[in-house]
Amino acid sequence: MAVIELAGIARVFHLGDSVVHALDRLDVSIEPGEYVAIMGPSGSGKSTLLNLLGLLDRPDAGSYRLEGRDVTTLSPDEQAAVRSRRIGFVFQSFHLVPRLTAAENIALPMMLAGIPAAERAQRVTQALKDFGLDQRAGHRPDQLSGGQRQRVAIARATIMQPAVLLADEPTGNLDRATGDDVINLLEALNQRGMTLIVVTHDAKIGARAKRQLMMEDGLLKSDSGRG
Amino acid sequence: MRKADVLRFARDAATAYPLRTSLSVLAMAIGVAAVVVLTALGDGARRYVVDQFSALGSNLVIVLPGRSATGGFSPANALTTTPHDLTIDDAFALTRLPLVRRVAPLTVGNSEINANGRLREVVVAGTTSTYTDIRNFKMAAGSFLPEGDWNRGAPVVVIGSKIKEEIFGGNPAVGELVRLGDRRLRVVGVLKSTGQGLGMNTDELVFVPAGVAQSLFNTHTLFRILIEARGRDEIEAVKREVTTALKARHGGEEDVTVITQDAVLATFDKLLRALTAAVAGIAAISLAVAGILVMNVMLVAVTQRTAEIGLLKALGARGATIRDAFMAEAAMLSLVGAFTGYGLGLFGAFVLRQMYPVFPAYPPDWAVIAALLTSLSTGLVFGIMPARRAARLDPVQALMKH
Repeated sequence: MAVIELAGIARVFHLGDSVVHALDRLDVSIEPGEYVAIMGPSGSGKSTLLNLLGLLDRPDAGSYRLEGRDVTTLSPDEQAAVRSRRIGFVFQSFHLVPRLTAAENIALPMMLAGIPAAERAQRVTQALKDFGLDQRAGHRPDQLSGGQRQRVAIARATIMQPAVLLADEPTGNLDRATGDDVINLLEALNQRGMTLIVVTHDAKIGARAKRQLMMEDGLLKSDSGRG
Repeated sequence: MRKADVLRFARDAATAYPLRTSLSVLAMAIGVAAVVVLTALGDGARRYVVDQFSALGSNLVIVLPGRSATGGFSPANALTTTPHDLTIDDAFALTRLPLVRRVAPLTVGNSEINANGRLREVVVAGTTSTYTDIRNFKMAAGSFLPEGDWNRGAPVVVIGSKIKEEIFGGNPAVGELVRLGDRRLRVVGVLKSTGQGLGMNTDELVFVPAGVAQSLFNTHTLFRILIEARGRDEIEAVKREVTTALKARHGGEEDVTVITQDAVLATFDKLLRALTAAVAGIAAISLAVAGILVMNVMLVAVTQRTAEIGLLKALGARGATIRDAFMAEAAMLSLVGAFTGYGLGLFGAFVLRQMYPVFPAYPPDWAVIAALLTSLSTGLVFGIMPARRAARLDPVQALMKH
């Protein structure tokens, strides 16, 4: 069974008088454990697609089934619960909470999900070790390097053991070497079975994925997995 | 999200912006402190007046000659004087009433005291031994007027502390002879200094037996009769008894006025309570202003932390969770401000009491509770709008703000 099934997805934005079809009749199916790169020029709809996949945005038409469950009809609170447990986000600009330490940032999704403090501490300790951040647990984001920040963000995105990891230009704010480290880290997670979807306009990074979705003007131009 | 986590999260968020947080806490604190200090002043004034009245004696009923107490002193009143004087016999008759504990007649006049080669004008109060019990006098030396026939009275005098100071200086006065008008009287007691008070200052009074005073001033009329009821609940009954008894003695004519200390006291009490409430109301305006400031601060916080709100939503926070976190933050600002203000207010009242020791400037409980509740509820009410705004933010838009 596919982890993600999009059927006839459309998203329309109204900018003044003009109507923009950010996504137009999109049909995509992604199997568990896949490594997918969504590529295309800016304005092609790849970010809109990622927001839809992450339940941050609702489609105007079509259906989205996540792990076999139609999530487009869920209430906002139910969608929040799905985001909390089944979806992990990694952002270009890391989006760490500046006043919280690395450990607290990693624990944030668990805190929002109401997991008891003792279990949080245990899982954060493990995550810090897994991501090579044990020496940085008490540091705030401004005391961390870019690579460390993105590692904290990835640890945070995976701490709830989501079904899908969505990464939006995860190397966009990093130099080449650090960016490669981050990509290696994400690929390692994918090798352990996590579905990984990366949005990028960097052809080199996109080429590393097993499957590429090329977007243009809200349409899926090519899908290497289908052809 | 667990409640403890919401509170911790809100606390960390508030302390992350120390200047903004401390300014809104300060505004709330000033509001609460203003209420506490101003009501302490108002209520202090009320207590001061009540205390002064209580010093006159408790459960007091006062008889005045003449029917109306509202006329004041005017030539018209002097012309329509009562047909029947209020006499020592009237006063003595009242001692037989069942609900009356003590009675003291009072005659007042001016005279000269002459002793030790010194002379000064004094106010002379003629009364009986019971007067000291009604007024709770304390003696510095000797004793108060002796008991005895009210109409006669021994040739003795009790002098106020200031009179004693001026005439005898540091020497003992008890046992000395003084001349009062055309009488030679022996000093039997000196009153302890009571300081300034409402009504007559006993420090500058001399007391003689009522009989002596009446012959000194050549009169039969009393200035007042002071009556102490057996209990607080009996005051009204005593008032009725006294009126009836005196009416009977004066040939069926009700030609005296009976007032109670309670009635006078209650008027002052009501007046000063109203004043305190008005002052508290004015001070409460500053609380509303502080509430608006908290709202402003929270709106700024929502704008500043838009990206963070977007992130929290992406991480699975429900709208209600975000709303609660911001409400908790607003409540904390108000709460900390309220208690800081309470502390400041108590300190202000303490300083007032140090500066004016006679003035019991304690804030009343109702004002403190009202101030704390008002500040907390304004903080919450004004926190709702920013918190809802935060909860309704679109996550996609919010995440783009950085």
